[in-house]
Amino acid sequence: MRESTTVRAGPVVPSGPSEAVLEVDGLSVTFPQRSGDVRAVRDVSFTVRRGEFLAVVGESGSGKSVSATAVMGLLPSTARVTGDVRFQDRSLLGMSDRALSRLRGNRISMVFQDPLSALNPVHTVGAQVEEVLRLHAASTSPAAASARAVELLRTVGIPDAARRARAYPHEFSGGMRQRAMIAMAIANDPDLIIADEPTTALDVTIQAQIMEVLQEARRLTGAAVLLITHDLGVVAGHADRVAVMYAGTVVEQGTVEEIFYSPRMPYTLGLLRSVPNLTTAGTERLVPLEGRPPSLDALGPGCPFAPRCPLVVDRCRQEEPALLPVGTERRGPLPGDPGRVHAAACWRAPELESGAVHAADVFPRPAGVAARTVADDGETVLEVTDLVRHFPLTRGAVVKRRVGTVRAVDGVSFTLRRGQTLGLVGESGCGKSTTVLEILEMARPQHGTIRINGRDVAQLTKAERRHLRRDVQVVFQDPMAALDPRLPVAALVGEPLTAQGADRATISRRVAETLELVGLDPSMASRYPHEFSGGQRQRLGIARALSTEPRVLVLDEPVSALDVSIQAGVINLLEDLRDRLGLSYVFVAHDLAVVRQIADTVAVMYLGRIVEQGPVAPLYARPRHPYTQALISAVPVPDPGVEAARRRILLEGDLPSPTAEPHGCPFRPRCPLYRVLDEDARSRCRDEEPELRALGPLTAACHHAERNHLLVAGRSGAGTRSPAPRAHEDRSSENTP
Amino acid sequence: MLSYILRRVVNYVVLTFLATVCAYMLTSAFMDPTRRYQGRNPPLDPESITRTVDELGVNPDVPVLERTGAWLHRLVTEGSFGRTIHQTDVLTEMVARAGVSLRLLVVGSVLAAVLGVALGVWGAVRQYRAADSVITYASYVLIATPTFVGGVVLMILATRFNAAVGEQVIRFTGAYTPGVPPEFWPRLADTVSHMLLPTIALTLFGAAAYSRYQRSMMLDVLNADYIRTARAKGRTRTSALWRHGVRVAVIPMTTYFAYSFGTLLAGSTFLEVVFSWNGMGQFTIDAVTQSDVNAATGAVFFAAVLVLISSTLSEILYAALDPRVRS
Repeated sequence: MRESTTVRAGPVVPSGPSEAVLEVDGLSVTFPQRSGDVRAVRDVSFTVRRGEFLAVVGESGSGKSVSATAVMGLLPSTARVTGDVRFQDRSLLGMSDRALSRLRGNRISMVFQDPLSALNPVHTVGAQVEEVLRLHAASTSPAAASARAVELLRTVGIPDAARRARAYPHEFSGGMRQRAMIAMAIANDPDLIIADEPTTALDVTIQAQIMEVLQEARRLTGAAVLLITHDLGVVAGHADRVAVMYAGTVVEQGTVEEIFYSPRMPYTLGLLRSVPNLTTAGTERLVPLEGRPPSLDALGPGCPFAPRCPLVVDRCRQEEPALLPVGTERRGPLPGDPGRVHAAACWRAPELESGAVHAADVFPRPAGVAARTVADDGETVLEVTDLVRHFPLTRGAVVKRRVGTVRAVDGVSFTLRRGQTLGLVGESGCGKSTTVLEILEMARPQHGTIRINGRDVAQLTKAERRHLRRDVQVVFQDPMAALDPRLPVAALVGEPLTAQGADRATISRRVAETLELVGLDPSMASRYPHEFSGGQRQRLGIARALSTEPRVLVLDEPVSALDVSIQAGVINLLEDLRDRLGLSYVFVAHDLAVVRQIADTVAVMYLGRIVEQGPVAPLYARPRHPYTQALISAVPVPDPGVEAARRRILLEGDLPSPTAEPHGCPFRPRCPLYRVLDEDARSRCRDEEPELRALGPLTAACHHAERNHLLVAGRSGAGTRSPAPRAHEDRSSENTP
Repeated sequence: MLSYILRRVVNYVVLTFLATVCAYMLTSAFMDPTRRYQGRNPPLDPESITRTVDELGVNPDVPVLERTGAWLHRLVTEGSFGRTIHQTDVLTEMVARAGVSLRLLVVGSVLAAVLGVALGVWGAVRQYRAADSVITYASYVLIATPTFVGGVVLMILATRFNAAVGEQVIRFTGAYTPGVPPEFWPRLADTVSHMLLPTIALTLFGAAAYSRYQRSMMLDVLNADYIRTARAKGRTRTSALWRHGVRVAVIPMTTYFAYSFGTLLAGSTFLEVVFSWNGMGQFTIDAVTQSDVNAATGAVFFAAVLVLISSTLSEILYAALDPRVRS
């Protein structure tokens, strides 16, 4: 973990007899509710062997987290749990809280999604690690526990662990907190680590680090890992076996290769095809998985996926299929080991298996609109030049002293032409949101200029500024939080027009038009946001932004709060709208695969500056800045073959504080290239701040961009370039002979 | 940290000073001490009335600002709040009475805080069960009851208790019994016997409000992720709640203690009157009813100082409990 370039952890298969650590058999969890029982988990069975890495994949509400929580015995007391959970041949259900407490944190440990709220804010990190040590070995002296805690924190890669152990969680970054959580999880050398979405709240660079730490933890303790996630990329790169959950039950399970290359349940197929893939994105349309999961308090008799399934037949609606082995003629169920073979819950799995139904035809790729020609000479709709936004950092209650400056945006320039999409990417805290907020504010910037439709916003009068707001609208990340739950759709979608002082007739006409545009029924205008699904709500957000017929849409992480199966539909919609209406997008995202899919040009931000910029294809194929290289290499690809062949450039540490005075290259402390350079070259990085300079089609701010092949070839053969766009598409559609 | 608290203290001292000056100006503007001497039979000589109020510095015919100036001058140069309408020194009078009041207030507010927090936590942990319902209804009844009613009810109950026991166990008139031997133990027993009822009253009224706030804070904490983490680390539910829950749930209470101290002070004022304690409560009420400007200002000053102290204590407590505000 100390090295910048790390080989992915291979699957740790124990050499001894691989007995089951955890056996879940017919687990069901029901939450009684006045409106009807919510059947969150229905008859779920799986086993985890010693040292095995099992990923449970599903969308929100699929029951994956509830299953894990049930294993830990941490469900609220109102939950009705039936079935059997055996851990090392001891049945966990029905065990007393006291008896379970002796196992929890000791033999079974858990890592949670949000490392900020999962740590107690009022105790030091060290004390919280010591706690888990002393809980299970009462004889441990405080001094021994504290020494061991420091050692554990060092093991998970926390620098200066002895000092950091005395710090409180709020003094840690997100990645460091999650490392501390892992330190707690491995403290007592457990046999099973349950990780519930451990990287969902983290940046992609930090995600790569944390997954490495988790693999390292598994190597050290020999523990089995049960990973709960929605991210197929993470699964492809790390898991040995996969269970796919839908509507509270396992619909398919098998090895990672079986699931990714020969899925036998249409839901798995759809899920795999809907994910934007770094290696294929931008060259073809995404395949949306229409519809929404059924509500778990009113499940019908048939297959829960039937309403969304293109292969649906009458039987699917009448009878729910059981999870049955597929390809039995090839593998055959292992005696005494049920639930470990490739199995799918689908009436038509045999047809998919035999090739009677071709997997690629189940979810056909929608035809794109006529091939896009992005004119580079289109009119400029947005021009940002040398934009600066600094925030003073003050201390003192009565007399405020300025003790520093947060350089949130520090000299950013870009141009957006009509019909184009600019992707703005970078880790959280890099200044991308501040940049778009400055544009939306339309006020005179601290430094630099913002021109919208050729007009300098600094010179606008109040009335002109309000009028100009028609032309620039915004779509936010969380569609639920961005829509007032007490207003009907008509009022929400028409609100920008109301603010512009449009008359009633215009507003209701535009509301109907925009709802139609985003694929919603205009008759829904009288409904309220809670009646819509996540994807539909984001469509409402887009309709609202479109109501004023803007020229520029600012999209601030528009799909990152959505489930994968819904993301694809929204991205396709955004692409269509852009091409039909000639819109220009500023697309802020941390998901590089999504940006690859939709953007024409990309600007990579680091500490308030753009470090690399250029057309999307060359930037992803051959990035010049080491930071861009690292970012792209950190993105997991939902293809186990590609993942196995990949070598990652891991960035060390976190995004540093943006308060430091710039001296030399700001990326230097984390730069993997800097570490392999000779002393002469390094001194230039230390003394001279790199400016953006042209490098073929791209511009990058790196003194030694010409030498970045050192990163690719020097330590790892396979390189960090995107692998050839093959594998996933062909192999998932092919049928095993 | 220390400098932060010092800065807050300086801040509070300035506020206390401003509050006292404002109180003086308000009472001077609206209270007319001469009324006390008017309408008597036989009527008093107007000149002697004027002379008396002039000596006290409370003549309503002198402009308010001028009187305030003179009052401030005396406060700064002599450290005096002036004289009461009964020709006694305000400060001396207050010092003599403050002890009795502080005894009730300090014991009452500490007990109220402890009891309120304990009941709130208990109610949250047993949400919707019998214990929670009992605490909830009882605290609503108490919150809705005027303080003096509660005092009187307690007195009735104590009378019955004494009658049943056949001995004067609980004494509730005055702060002490005149003529108790000046040895330590008899004095202590006598003081406790007199303190019992007003302290119970003050504690119950304080705890009723505190328990409601504590309950909702604790309910938030019960569902916190770090409680789940603590249980995943191997703590039982109860142990996780005590070790990780309560401390976090008490943090916002410290601010509430400071804010609600004023209410408690008002409650104790009435309780002192009900139980015939000759403390600051009685002093305040007398000052207001007798239009005694100097004494009323002194009473406001007393309250302001107490709020100052309780706010400072609550900030220290907050910082001690929550590392996030220390830096």
